[in-house]
Amino acid sequence: MKLINLVVLPIIVPLFIGTVLLLFRKSLLAQRALGLFGAAATLVVSLFLLAKVAEDGIQVVTLGSWAAPYGISLVSDMLSILLVATASLLTLLVLWYSVYSLGEKRELSFFYPATLFMLTGINGAFTTGDIFNLFVFFEVFLMASYVLIALGGERIQLRESMKYIIVNVVAAALFVITIGYLYSITGTLNMADLAVKLGDIGSMGVISTVAIMFLVVFGIKAGIFPLYFWLPGSYYAPPLPVLALFGALLTKVGIYSITRVYTLIFTTDVAFTHDMLMMLAIATILFGSIGALAYMDVKKIIIYNIVIAVGVILFGVAAFNEVAVTGSVLYLIHDMLVKALLFLMIGVLIFITGKTNLREMGGLIRHYPVLGWTYLVAVFALAGIPPLSGFAGKILILQGGLEGGFVWQSIVVALSTMVVLLSAIRIFIYAFWGAEKSFNSPPKAKYVNRMIPVVILFVITMGYGVFIEFLMPLFQATGTQLMDSSLYIDAVLGGEK
Amino acid sequence: MESIIIVLVGILTSVAIYLLLSKNLIRIILGTAILSHAVHLLILTMGGLKSGTVPLLGENAERYIDALPQALILTAIVISFAVTAFILVLAYRVYQEYGTDRMDELRGSNDEQ
Repeated sequence: MKLINLVVLPIIVPLFIGTVLLLFRKSLLAQRALGLFGAAATLVVSLFLLAKVAEDGIQVVTLGSWAAPYGISLVSDMLSILLVATASLLTLLVLWYSVYSLGEKRELSFFYPATLFMLTGINGAFTTGDIFNLFVFFEVFLMASYVLIALGGERIQLRESMKYIIVNVVAAALFVITIGYLYSITGTLNMADLAVKLGDIGSMGVISTVAIMFLVVFGIKAGIFPLYFWLPGSYYAPPLPVLALFGALLTKVGIYSITRVYTLIFTTDVAFTHDMLMMLAIATILFGSIGALAYMDVKKIIIYNIVIAVGVILFGVAAFNEVAVTGSVLYLIHDMLVKALLFLMIGVLIFITGKTNLREMGGLIRHYPVLGWTYLVAVFALAGIPPLSGFAGKILILQGGLEGGFVWQSIVVALSTMVVLLSAIRIFIYAFWGAEKSFNSPPKAKYVNRMIPVVILFVITMGYGVFIEFLMPLFQATGTQLMDSSLYIDAVLGGEK
Repeated sequence: MESIIIVLVGILTSVAIYLLLSKNLIRIILGTAILSHAVHLLILTMGGLKSGTVPLLGENAERYIDALPQALILTAIVISFAVTAFILVLAYRVYQEYGTDRMDELRGSNDEQ
C-alpha cells in the first residue's frame, strides 16, 4: 500500500479521535480508553512516518494538490518528525499518568479531548511548511491550552490563565503583523519559497527587522529572555499532568519555530540575526539559573530549569554550524523527555507529601526508594552526566560553539550544567534525605499506579542516553537537512516525484 | 490610499496598546479586540489596495486582486472571534471568583493555592 498521505496522519488522528470523544462526555471509561487510544494511535503513525522519512528523505504533501508555492504544503523532515514522535509519546504517557492522578471532575470536563486537540496543533505546527498555516496551528494548540490551564477553575488557575491568554493573544497579533510584513516584501508564505526569494534578495535591513520580529513572537512562546516573564507564574497554576504537557511540549514549539525560520528562511544576515539570538540565549541561561537557585518550591525549580534549557538549545541554533545544530536537536528531544519525567516525578512527590515547599519535606528515601533513586538518576540525566541522555547533546552543542568561536558563551553553557545539577539535586537532598517530616502517606496502591508511567518514561529516557549511538544517524541526517536548506527547498518546490 | 490606511492602522494600534496597558480587565479585552482589527487591516493593506477588481476572472483578465490576504484575514477573524469569546467568559469567571476586574488586585501571592 502506498501511504502518500502519511504526513497528514499525525495531525488528523488526534483531531478525529478528540472530536469523537466530545460525544462521550459522560462516560469516564470512554474518555480514558479513547484518550489513551488516540495518543497511542498518533504515536504509531508518527513512528511509521519516522521510518519512512529516515529511509526516503523529506516527505511532502501539498493539500488539495495545489502545486507548492500556491497551496499549503505539509513537510516532514527529520527535525519535524522526531519532534512529532516525541510529542505523541509524551502525550500518551502523561495521559496515562493523569488517569490515576487528575481526578474525575477534571477528567470529565473535556480534559482528554483538549489534550488531543493540543497534540493536533503541536504536530501540525511541527509539520507545516507554510508560515501562515504555522500561525493557525499555533492558535489550535493555544486554544486547547487555554482550556487545559483553566480546567478545574481553582482561584489561582483562573487568575493565571487570564494573564497567559492575554500574553498569547498579543503575541498572536504580533505574529500576524509579522506575517503581513513578510508577505508584502516577498509575496509568498510558503517557507521553502520564502527561503528562495529572500536568498535572491540578499541582506536587507527590513528583512532583518522581520527576522527579529519573528524572534520576539516565537520567543514569547519559547520563553527566552526577556520574554519569559509570564512563564513561571502561568505554568505554576495548572495541575501537574497539564504542567508536564506544557513544560515538555509548548515551549518546544517556540524553539522549533525559531530553529526553523533561523535555519531555513533568515540566513542572509547571520552576523546580525544569529548574534542577537546568541546574546538572548546566554541571557536566558543566566536569568533561568538565578530563578532555579532562588526558589524552594519544587515546581518553581523545575519550571526555571525549562528556561535554562531553552537558552542552551538556542545557543546551539545561534552558533549555526552543523555540529551545534545537531547537538541542539539531540538536546531538544532529551529535554522534552526529561522535563516530562521530572514533572511527573515532582507530581508523585507532591502527591506523597501534600506540599510543594522543600523546607517541609524530608526523609522520604526510606519509604519511597524507587522514586528517590530514579529521581536522582533523572537529575543526572538532566544535567548531562555521561552516559545519560543530556550528555551527547550538550557535548555537541559545546563542540559546535567552540568551533564557531563562541568561547566565553560556551563556558557559560558549560557552567549552567552545574546550576542545573545543584538546583535539581537540592530537591533530592531536602526531600529524600534528612530528618523525616510528616507526610500524607497515601495508600501504596495509588503510589504504585502513578509510578508505572513514570518508570516507563524513565526507562525510555535512560535508553535515549545509553543507546544514543544507534540513533546518531537520524540526528546527523537532521543536522545535515537543517544546515543545507536546499534539501528542504528541493523537496517542496522540486516538482512531483 | 495605502499610506492613509497604514496611518489608521497605527492609530488603532496605539488605541489598543493604551487599552491593554490599563488595569481594567474589560478594557484589556477590548484592547485585544481592537488590536486584532488593526492587524487585519494591516494585512489587507499589505496585499495592495485599489489595484483591481474581483480575484479571478479567468486567465486573460486585465485586472485582478490578490485573493490571499483576504483568505488570511478570514482565518484570523475567526480565530480572534473565538479567542475573544473564550476570554470574555473567563473574565466573567474571574470576576465571580475574585469580585474584582482590576488587574492589580489579581497579582496574587506565591503562597496562595
